[in-house]
Amino acid sequence: MNDFLLELQSEEIPARMQAGARADLERLFRQQMADAGVTHGSIEVFSGPRRLALIARDMPARTEAVSEEAKGPPEGSPDQAVDGFCKKNGVTRAQLELRDVKGRMTWFAVKDIPGRAVSNVLAEAIPAIVRAFPWPKSMRWGKASLGTDSLRWVRPLSGIVAILGEDLVACEVGGVASGYATLGHRFHHSGEVTIGGAHDYAEKLRCCHVIVDHEERQDLVRAKAREAAEVAGLRLMDDEGLVIENAGLTEWPEPLLGRFDEGYLDVPPEVIQLTARTNQKYFVCQDAGGKLANAFVCTANIRAVDPEIIVDGNRKVLAARLSDARFFWELDQKTTLADHARKLERITFHEKLGTVADKVQRVAKLARWLAEQGIVPGADPDITEMAALLCKADLVTEMVGEFPELQGLMGGYYARAEGLPDAVADAIRDHYKPVGQGDDVPTAPVSVAVSLADKLDTLRSFFAIEEKPTGSKDPFALRRAALAVIRLVTANGLRMAVADGDLLEFFADRLKVQQKEAGVRHDLIDAIFALGGEDDLVRLLARVHALQSFMATEDGANLLAGYKRAGNILKKEGYEAPNDRIAQTGEEDPLSLVDDPDVGFIVAERGRAAHYDREPAEQALVDALDRAEPAALAAIEGEDFAAAMTALASLRAPIDAFFDDVTVNDPDAAKRAARLALLSRFVAAVHKVADFSRIEG
Amino acid sequence: MRHGAAMTRDPTRSFQDMILALHDFWSAKGCLILQPYDMRMGAGTFHPATTLRALGPEPWNAAFVQPCRRPTDGRYGENPNRLQHYYQYQVILKPSPPDIQDWYLESLRTIGIDPLKHDIRFVEDDWESPTLGAWGLGWEVWCDGMEVTQFTYFQQMGGYDCKPVAGELTYGLERLAMYIQGVDNVYDLAFNTNGVSYGAVFLENERQMSKWNFEVADTEALFDLFRKAAAECRLCLENGLPIPAYEQAIEASHVFNLLQARGVISVQERASYMGQVRDLARGSCEAYMAKYSDQWAAAYPEWAA
Repeated sequence: MNDFLLELQSEEIPARMQAGARADLERLFRQQMADAGVTHGSIEVFSGPRRLALIARDMPARTEAVSEEAKGPPEGSPDQAVDGFCKKNGVTRAQLELRDVKGRMTWFAVKDIPGRAVSNVLAEAIPAIVRAFPWPKSMRWGKASLGTDSLRWVRPLSGIVAILGEDLVACEVGGVASGYATLGHRFHHSGEVTIGGAHDYAEKLRCCHVIVDHEERQDLVRAKAREAAEVAGLRLMDDEGLVIENAGLTEWPEPLLGRFDEGYLDVPPEVIQLTARTNQKYFVCQDAGGKLANAFVCTANIRAVDPEIIVDGNRKVLAARLSDARFFWELDQKTTLADHARKLERITFHEKLGTVADKVQRVAKLARWLAEQGIVPGADPDITEMAALLCKADLVTEMVGEFPELQGLMGGYYARAEGLPDAVADAIRDHYKPVGQGDDVPTAPVSVAVSLADKLDTLRSFFAIEEKPTGSKDPFALRRAALAVIRLVTANGLRMAVADGDLLEFFADRLKVQQKEAGVRHDLIDAIFALGGEDDLVRLLARVHALQSFMATEDGANLLAGYKRAGNILKKEGYEAPNDRIAQTGEEDPLSLVDDPDVGFIVAERGRAAHYDREPAEQALVDALDRAEPAALAAIEGEDFAAAMTALASLRAPIDAFFDDVTVNDPDAAKRAARLALLSRFVAAVHKVADFSRIEG
Repeated sequence: MRHGAAMTRDPTRSFQDMILALHDFWSAKGCLILQPYDMRMGAGTFHPATTLRALGPEPWNAAFVQPCRRPTDGRYGENPNRLQHYYQYQVILKPSPPDIQDWYLESLRTIGIDPLKHDIRFVEDDWESPTLGAWGLGWEVWCDGMEVTQFTYFQQMGGYDCKPVAGELTYGLERLAMYIQGVDNVYDLAFNTNGVSYGAVFLENERQMSKWNFEVADTEALFDLFRKAAAECRLCLENGLPIPAYEQAIEASHVFNLLQARGVISVQERASYMGQVRDLARGSCEAYMAKYSDQWAAAYPEWAA
């Protein structure tokens, strides 16, 4: 048993691609080994800016000989079919065997495949892995790129180390041949480093100032950056993304703390952090009071002769960036938000939906209405409208032009600086929220109204011009907008009709996805939506929650069984009540038909009058329905869904007894018809609470 | 005498000596040392020695300084880092040599940047120029956190795959010099070692050009120039003259930048103007390819457009 080392050297691999590359390398290697029948022990993968490496433990010297067989066409099949089968399996006709398969003589191809040297397998696998590597973006380079089929890689592939035990696995791809030699640190080590095998790989490179293991580098960045902050009496603001990125950019990470001019702290801390983070990949620090400090931590890739030179250089770059940011911050404030907002007339929102200014007008109108109607309680209509009219103004500011991710936040700062009410500033700041799954949901009334209006307008507008998401395509992020509406409405208990038609269905789908995480069954949501007419998400969810609790009880499970049995009988007998057919459209509320003069009498009649003596269980079911139906209706009307479930639960014993004691398919046609009608009435009664046909189980 | 001349050259204390050191270095690596193109352009990549020579199979190694004009970056001489006119040092190596990174680092050493004192990093930065129908992969090279060079492997130019791929290095000369000389204001750079500053050469130029770019330039005349350049480009294309056609594309591109600085192009119009410039540049590249394809294919059997 030998360990195998593979190292693929490359000019600097983008940090953001390294995690994916490690996973791809391992996956492709496992696949190649599995295909060749090579067993192996554990696999480790490593990445850095200049190399990807894989170590596979306990590789055998040879693969085992195997006998493979393939089943072909039956005896007597046309020659063409048999020849095709031979060709596919690489055997001659004479090598085929005939075997009995369930009484039919069938051709079999049996191939004895001898064991192979694993080093040969690897020598073929490595080029295959390199060629199949799925980089997010790849390139051609050098002389070979004169032709069309030259190798593509993330950046030029510069070397390959492939050693099984202590023996070279000789291979070549794209003009790069494997060897024992690799590269040390770009600046701390000149010339080649000779590797003996998997056993000395990491340690030899460590001597040449390369830490091969990305996790070790991440630990170093994390710990040393914290330490540098602590030494300065500060606390590092943790940022795992930066830890990973800096570890991906360095082979020998050395976090260093520097200071910038305190004067820049006038600029909002988010701006400073973002500038430092996105442009320079620096950590920032807080002082003991939790305020942003005038300090940054950069991660160098060398053990510097004089770290101060590096820190000073980085400080200058950051100062230039912060100077720009302060310039924008001051320039933007020379214009009021209302004046900035006027420039939105020049920005197209969507060619069919007008400008951003048009959108803002729609949002302001809707937000005001939400406040006036009391749908968002506590939102002052004038304040709400003002906030909505200004909510997109920061899109034309210099700062947001430079840092689009600060949209909203900057508007909030500028509004406050202008002396606008806090509720307005907060609403401008928060009106994009909630953005993702983990994001906070606004609760301040004005913020809720503006945020909700913004998203509802987006959804309604794009649905109106038939720009709906399809499959994986959702260019206007409508799914996210719908999810945000659901969270705003449910978290704040807002009672309103969110949508109708297609858009309501879209909400239903989003709700199912969203509620799945909260452990709510999608089929139960369907069961309520299928009743039709439910556009109030708060009520809908209350109903679904009650239904889910009920379905967890024995009564619920049995009632569902009884319902399904009744439904099956009705279906088998081809029974169709007028009411059922109407209910199935899913559009109208079936309950409203009770008052419809055309069908109301049918509903009233059904199952009530019998022209024969009912059996006790039959009568008991009629009585139970007489009680349960109005009780369930009243409970639903009063939004006491637990009580509606209790009413349904009262039907469970009678329906069970009915099936035990009563024969539906009675030879007497009148009895049969009456009993089918009774079952139909039972089904209809259950439907008043939920469409049980949608419930699984 | 020769020894004496070498003594006075100091790339760490003189902007012009830094340029001369780069010329010496890349000349020794086999590059033609070209002079700036005599047209106004936004980046060295527009120089025909880069754009047009990146097309086709013939080897091409050149280095040159190219003055760049970005009217909207003008700050009336009041910003220590931003200029509407500055210099790029361009190196184009086709096909890209295997040790291009090492050569580049060596060039930094020759102008006084010691990579054991300064933190040099290759940070992912993909380059794309929709106007030129071009893209490439590479890095921005950081020196102590400052971007000093754009390093690109051209993959496409004018909509054509680069066969073979060229490596392009673009040094930001003022930034590098500021760093090497340790000054915080571009106008304080020593242009030579005899007391002439960058400011003495360019400060007044920045003030006047910023005023002209932003406030004075006659926009009607500029619109007219744009139309004329576009028409001239098409005329050249009709007559099978890709090089003069490409010059007119450069001209149109710069006039468009001036119109932008004057703030007379609306958001909606912007895309349309950029589209026109792109069509002119691509048309020129197409014509260049068409003119030489047969000749190239004959000389390089492996090659195909």
